[in-house]
Amino acid sequence: MSAGHTEELETLFGDYPLDNAFDEMRESTGEVRPHYRALAEALAKLPQEELQRRKQSADLSFLTQGITFTVYGRDEGTERIFPYDLLPRLVTATEWDCIERGLTQRIMALNQFLKDVYSDAKILSDKVVPRDLVYSCKHYRRQMRGLQVPRNVYIAVVGSDLLRVGEGEYVVLEDNLRVPSGVSYMLTNRRVMKRTFPQLFHSYGVRPIEHYPQLLLATLRSLAPEGRPEPNIVLLTPGVFNSAYFEHTYLARQMGVDLVEGRDLVTHDNVVYMRTTDGLKRVDVIYRRVDDDFSDPLIFRSDSALGCAGLFNAYRAGNVTVTNAFGTGLADDKAVYAYVPKIIKYYLDEDPILPNVETYILSEEKERQHVLANLEKLVVKAVGESGGYGMLIGPKSTARQREEFARQIEANPRNYIAQPTLDFSRAPCLIGNHLEPRHVDLRPYVLFGDKVNIVPGGLTRVALEKGSLVVNSSQGGGSKDTWVLES
Amino acid sequence: MLSRVADSLYWMSRYLERAENTVRQLDVTMGLMLDTGATSLEERWKRLMQALGRPEDMEWNGDLEAMARELVFDSLNPLSVTFAVNGARENARQVREEISTEQWQRLNRLFHQMHSPHAQAQFRTSINDALASIIDGIHLFKGVSDTTMIHGQGWQFIRLGRYLERAYATATLLEVYQPHLQEHERDHSGYQYLEMVGVLRCCTSFEAYCQVYTADVSPDRILEFLLLNEDFPHAIRYTVDGMRDAVQAIQRTGGRRASDELISVIGRLQATLGYTTIGEILAGDTAALLHKIREECTRIHDLIYRYYVQYSIQSALAV
Repeated sequence: MSAGHTEELETLFGDYPLDNAFDEMRESTGEVRPHYRALAEALAKLPQEELQRRKQSADLSFLTQGITFTVYGRDEGTERIFPYDLLPRLVTATEWDCIERGLTQRIMALNQFLKDVYSDAKILSDKVVPRDLVYSCKHYRRQMRGLQVPRNVYIAVVGSDLLRVGEGEYVVLEDNLRVPSGVSYMLTNRRVMKRTFPQLFHSYGVRPIEHYPQLLLATLRSLAPEGRPEPNIVLLTPGVFNSAYFEHTYLARQMGVDLVEGRDLVTHDNVVYMRTTDGLKRVDVIYRRVDDDFSDPLIFRSDSALGCAGLFNAYRAGNVTVTNAFGTGLADDKAVYAYVPKIIKYYLDEDPILPNVETYILSEEKERQHVLANLEKLVVKAVGESGGYGMLIGPKSTARQREEFARQIEANPRNYIAQPTLDFSRAPCLIGNHLEPRHVDLRPYVLFGDKVNIVPGGLTRVALEKGSLVVNSSQGGGSKDTWVLES
Repeated sequence: MLSRVADSLYWMSRYLERAENTVRQLDVTMGLMLDTGATSLEERWKRLMQALGRPEDMEWNGDLEAMARELVFDSLNPLSVTFAVNGARENARQVREEISTEQWQRLNRLFHQMHSPHAQAQFRTSINDALASIIDGIHLFKGVSDTTMIHGQGWQFIRLGRYLERAYATATLLEVYQPHLQEHERDHSGYQYLEMVGVLRCCTSFEAYCQVYTADVSPDRILEFLLLNEDFPHAIRYTVDGMRDAVQAIQRTGGRRASDELISVIGRLQATLGYTTIGEILAGDTAALLHKIREECTRIHDLIYRYYVQYSIQSALAV
């Protein structure tokens, strides 16, 4: 840090607390970490008003781009911009290398696991993963048994959530193998940040992520049914009321493919068509952003109006590729998660590069007793839920909530897992006009077609509320741009 | 192009054209209300409502400013400008991937403008400025639509919606005002002149009219200009020509489905407007002709739906 700016930096930091949690920007001594120094200096040099002006201009940019979500309840629906923090989160090249190798390994193994479970189920016969656990999973789809999936790719689009714990070690908190969202925020954050801190961005040497839509398109194209050299690729959305609708339109536009809803699709003789102004047009690849349950009323939930009747049969017949495949939620079940290190070892004969968070399986008698006795120290999660729902955070819970969870665990142990409360890392955020640390996670986006592709970056989610550990956007979380450095 | 998308683009465009038309007519009506003349405020308001096609919706209650505010800002009133802008944006939002970022940003800005407290405050201090800035917003949108969007099918559906809405609105306007203009034809007080100019300004056509006929304004020429002019974008003939262009372009780029009936309905209307003189029209039943134009517009709308949006799967598979 250059001496001239220490004073400004002090004002900026204010009484920035440092404790057990790993701080992305500062060492425990308070020293700014080497790769954050240029950022700290740039911030110190900026007059307060200038920083606020940039913040406002970034706000405006999000608003006019329509990167908003809708707050329902009033006649016209009030729209708010997606909360974000102005300061980038920095990831060094070494860290990224580990993340990239770790996720590649993990995705390869999980994909093999899905293929195995839906065909010979060797891993179950070998008793590496308990049979009960798999067949009792809410997202197991028996319709997928014995079905040949194009190129054997079940999970083409993945977003895994990483945390940093201890001395900055990355661990995997969960895998999202169904319809992970948020990639549009990664891309638009970057666009806004490039405009907000142009010189800083340039001087840092940040690896680009903007080609994600092109990679996604290439991935989808590589999965097209045989004999369709010019495949018609579409993105299937639940529609304008879905909270991720902005993302669906964004990706469709960036890829130049049609955004379809269930009502645009019809099937005839096991072929899927879309209704166009020129009549019916055949569909070859569907990038599905609709949950399994709602995809085909003939096979899954019959009360769904979001999907397309006959879609699954067309898929089974090999006339259309649907990705991610159905039933992939099996492998991101929070109880199956506990077995991922064993799954990696089983298929790849390698040790996991990115470790798991220690997880208690509550259907195991011994582990359950331990958890019930220590509820106030642990985090309990329902296995099939996502988005931060169905969770008990022990240290922040009331006795009543703990009793309620204990009762539910006793009633249905398979439905829950428990993990220690993690002191995961915090990054500086601009709160008002000074910096405060907030908890962050990292969701990189993995594409898997011909090979595994991960754009260097991801969505850093921030628990914007002071002291909060919940980063989900549905629960008061925001985001940050993530800069993976060239060196 | 997806049928649903074509439908949304078509409606987005119709709603915006409607918003613009409402703003302009309100602006002109309020201008005319400043001059006393023989027509009462209530009568003027009634005509405005008729010209907007919903005579029953908002009854005159004597408080012009409050009624004007409602007509502009009340998002629950289907007649209001905000309602139309909301409709346009909602349709645009559903086809966000089909329109350009510039289009979306313009429309989004207009939407936020309609809902901002600032716009309401501006309305209190200067209604004219407030209305002008709404029109500006719509014009900017149309401008970027023409310059940033690929001129493919989607753009043609936008044109189709715009022209159909405009033809219908102009026919309605003429139907309402034509009798009053004819009735007072010999009235040479300045009021009659203002009245006639008002009708032209409702279609933003006063200056264009002067270029063709000089400032010598007469009811017959107004009718001739707004019905039969070939080159002025707000004249009905021009809009019908535009509809035909758009439909033919849609068919050229799509190609597989012939929309013969649609072409022939538009073509007949084109022939009526292209090969009839204003003398013949005035000798006949003008009101009936205007009414017929409106009916044909409705029919064209239905046929657009039948050919491009709500066709049966059997008919599509048979092609």
